[in-house]
Amino acid sequence: MNNRLMFLRNGKVITGLVILGFFTLLALLGPWIAPYDPNQVSDALLSPPSAAHWLGTDHTGRDILSQLVVGTRGVLVVGLVAGVSATVVGVLVGVTAGFVGGVGDESLSALSNMFLVIPQLPLIILIAAQLPSAGGLTVALVIGATGWAWGARVLRAQTLSLRKRDFVEAARANGERTWRLVLVEVMPNLTAVIASGFVGTVTFAVLSQVTLSFIGITPVSEWNWGTILFWAQNNLALQRGAWWWFVPAGACIALLGMALTLVNFGIDEIVNPRLRSTGLHARSLRRRGIRPRVGFTPVVREARS
Amino acid sequence: MRFLLRRVAFYALTAWAAITINFFIPRMLPGDPVTALLGRMQGRIDSRAEHSLRVLFGLDQDTSLWQQYVDYWGLLLRGDLGLSFTHFPTPVADIVSQSLPWTVGLVGVATVIAFVIGSLIGTFLGWRRGTWADGLLPVATFFQAVPYFWLGLITIAVFSVNLGWFPSSGSYDRGMVPAFTGEFIGSVIYYGFLPALTVVLSSVAGWVLGMRNMMVTVSSEDYVTVAHAKGLPERQVMFGYAARNAVLPQVSSFALSLGFVVGGTLIMEMVFSYQGIGYTLYQAVSTHDYPLMQGCFLVITLSVLVANMVADLAYALLDPRTRTEDR
Repeated sequence: MNNRLMFLRNGKVITGLVILGFFTLLALLGPWIAPYDPNQVSDALLSPPSAAHWLGTDHTGRDILSQLVVGTRGVLVVGLVAGVSATVVGVLVGVTAGFVGGVGDESLSALSNMFLVIPQLPLIILIAAQLPSAGGLTVALVIGATGWAWGARVLRAQTLSLRKRDFVEAARANGERTWRLVLVEVMPNLTAVIASGFVGTVTFAVLSQVTLSFIGITPVSEWNWGTILFWAQNNLALQRGAWWWFVPAGACIALLGMALTLVNFGIDEIVNPRLRSTGLHARSLRRRGIRPRVGFTPVVREARS
Repeated sequence: MRFLLRRVAFYALTAWAAITINFFIPRMLPGDPVTALLGRMQGRIDSRAEHSLRVLFGLDQDTSLWQQYVDYWGLLLRGDLGLSFTHFPTPVADIVSQSLPWTVGLVGVATVIAFVIGSLIGTFLGWRRGTWADGLLPVATFFQAVPYFWLGLITIAVFSVNLGWFPSSGSYDRGMVPAFTGEFIGSVIYYGFLPALTVVLSSVAGWVLGMRNMMVTVSSEDYVTVAHAKGLPERQVMFGYAARNAVLPQVSSFALSLGFVVGGTLIMEMVFSYQGIGYTLYQAVSTHDYPLMQGCFLVITLSVLVANMVADLAYALLDPRTRTEDR
C-alpha cells in the first residue's frame, strides 16, 4: 500500500501522467476541437504562425495545428495496440519460460534473444512495405509481433527468481495448481516489471510508427505526427525555412516519449530502491546540510519532541 | 570455451532464423507484386536472372516448399540476391556491397564516440547522484525520446540551411573521384559530420542513463566502501573501482542496443540522403523494389549479428565470470 502512494508522490511520475493525460484528451476530442479540417485547402500557402493559423499552414494551405490535433489519435491508438499485444506475448513467453524451466525455458529464451538481436526497424519496414495496405492497426500489430522480446527477457529473469521463493514453494506444497501458482502467487509480484515493459514498448511503438509514416510506408492520407513530417520533408520545408511545419510535430513526439520515460523512471525507482533513496530527496538533504556520499544511503530520522 | 561455443551456436541459429524469415515473408504476405513486375520486364530479363527471382520470391508454384527452400539457400550461398528492379539489371548484391561500407563507417564511428562520451558522463552523474548533476537527467531523457530522424531534420535546419556550415545531403563532394587521398577523406568527414553528430546525440542518452544507474548500484558495493576507507583518492575509487565494474553491463547491453542504433542510423541516412544501406532501403521501399528490399534486410541483419558476436567475445575477455559461469 505504501508503495502505491509512493508512486503518486513521485514528481517524475506526476509530470509524466499529466502530459499523458493531455495527449489522451487530444486523442479523444481531436476531430471536434481541431480548428479546421486537416485536409481543407486554403489560400494561405505556407504561411507562418498567425492568429488564424496558430501553427501556420503547409504548402497547400492546410492548417498544421489541426493536422497535429487530429493526428494524435492515430499515434496513441497504435502505441496502445502495439503495447498491449507485445506485452501479452511477452508475458506469455517470459513467464512460461521462467516457470517451466528446462528445455522449454532454453528454447523460449533462445527465441526471445533472437528477436532481440534481429534489428526490429528494418524487419518492420520489410513487412509493412510488402503488405498491400499498411494502415495504423496493421502497423501496430506488426510492431507488437516483433517488439515483445525485451519484456519477455526481463520477465523471465524475474519469474526465475520468484519461482524459488518461500511463499511460492509453500503454495506449491499446499497443492495449489500450476495456473493458480502463476496467476495468484507469481503474477502480482511482476506487476511493476510488466508495467515498465508495457510503457517501454509503447514508446518504441510510437517512435516506429512515426518513423514508418515519415518514410511514407503507411498511407499518407491517414493523419499522424509522422505524416506531417512526411509532407514537410517531401515539400522541402527545411530548405524553405518553414520551421513551424516540422518543429511542433517532432516536439510532440519528444514530449510524449519523455512522459512515458518519466513514468518508467518512477516504476524503476519502486523496483530498485537504491535508485530512489537519495534521488528523491536531493533538495531536502541539501537543506539539512547532508552531503550525499557514494556508498552510503543517508537515512534521516526526525527527533521526536 | 563452453561459453564461446554456446554464443557462436546461438548466433548461427539466429542467422538461420533471419534467413528463414526472409524466405517466408514474401511467401506469406498477400499480393504478388513481383509477378506483375516480371510481366512488365518480359523479354528484357535473361532467363537465369528470372529463375533466381522466381526462387527468391516463391513464384515456382509447381515445386514443393522444401525444394524452394533448398534452392533459396543455394542462391544465397552463391551470393545471388537477385536483380534490382530500379537499377535494372544490376545485381542486388553489387548495390548492397557498395553501400554497406558507408553505413558500417557511420554507425561504427558514431557508436564508439557515443559509447565513450555517454559512459563518461554516466560515470560522473552516478558518482554525484543526489546533487545538481541529477538535473541533467531530464535532458538525457529528452534526447532519448526524440526520434532520430527529427533530430536529423533539426540539425539540417540549423547547421546546413541557416548557418550553412555543413552540406545537408550526400556523403562526399560529387566533383571528386573516390580515392584514398587526403582531400577525399577530408570531404567524407566533412559530409559525414552532421549525420554522425545526430546519431551520437540521439544514442548518447541511453549510455548515460544506463551507466548512471549502474554506477548508483555498484557504488554501494562493499569493495567501493573499502576503497574509500583505505583513503584512496576519489578519482581512483571512481574510475578504478566503481566505473570499472559498472561498465561491464554497458558492454553487454551494447549488443542489445546495436540493432536499435542501426535502425536509427538507417533512418538518418534517409534524411541525409547518405549513400549507405539505409538510403538504399529507402529507395527500394519507395520504388517497390522487392529484391533490393529483401537483400538489404538480409545484409543489415547479418552485419548486426557479426557485430554482436564481436561485442560478446569482447565481453568474455573483459569479464572472467562469464567464462566460468554456465551462461
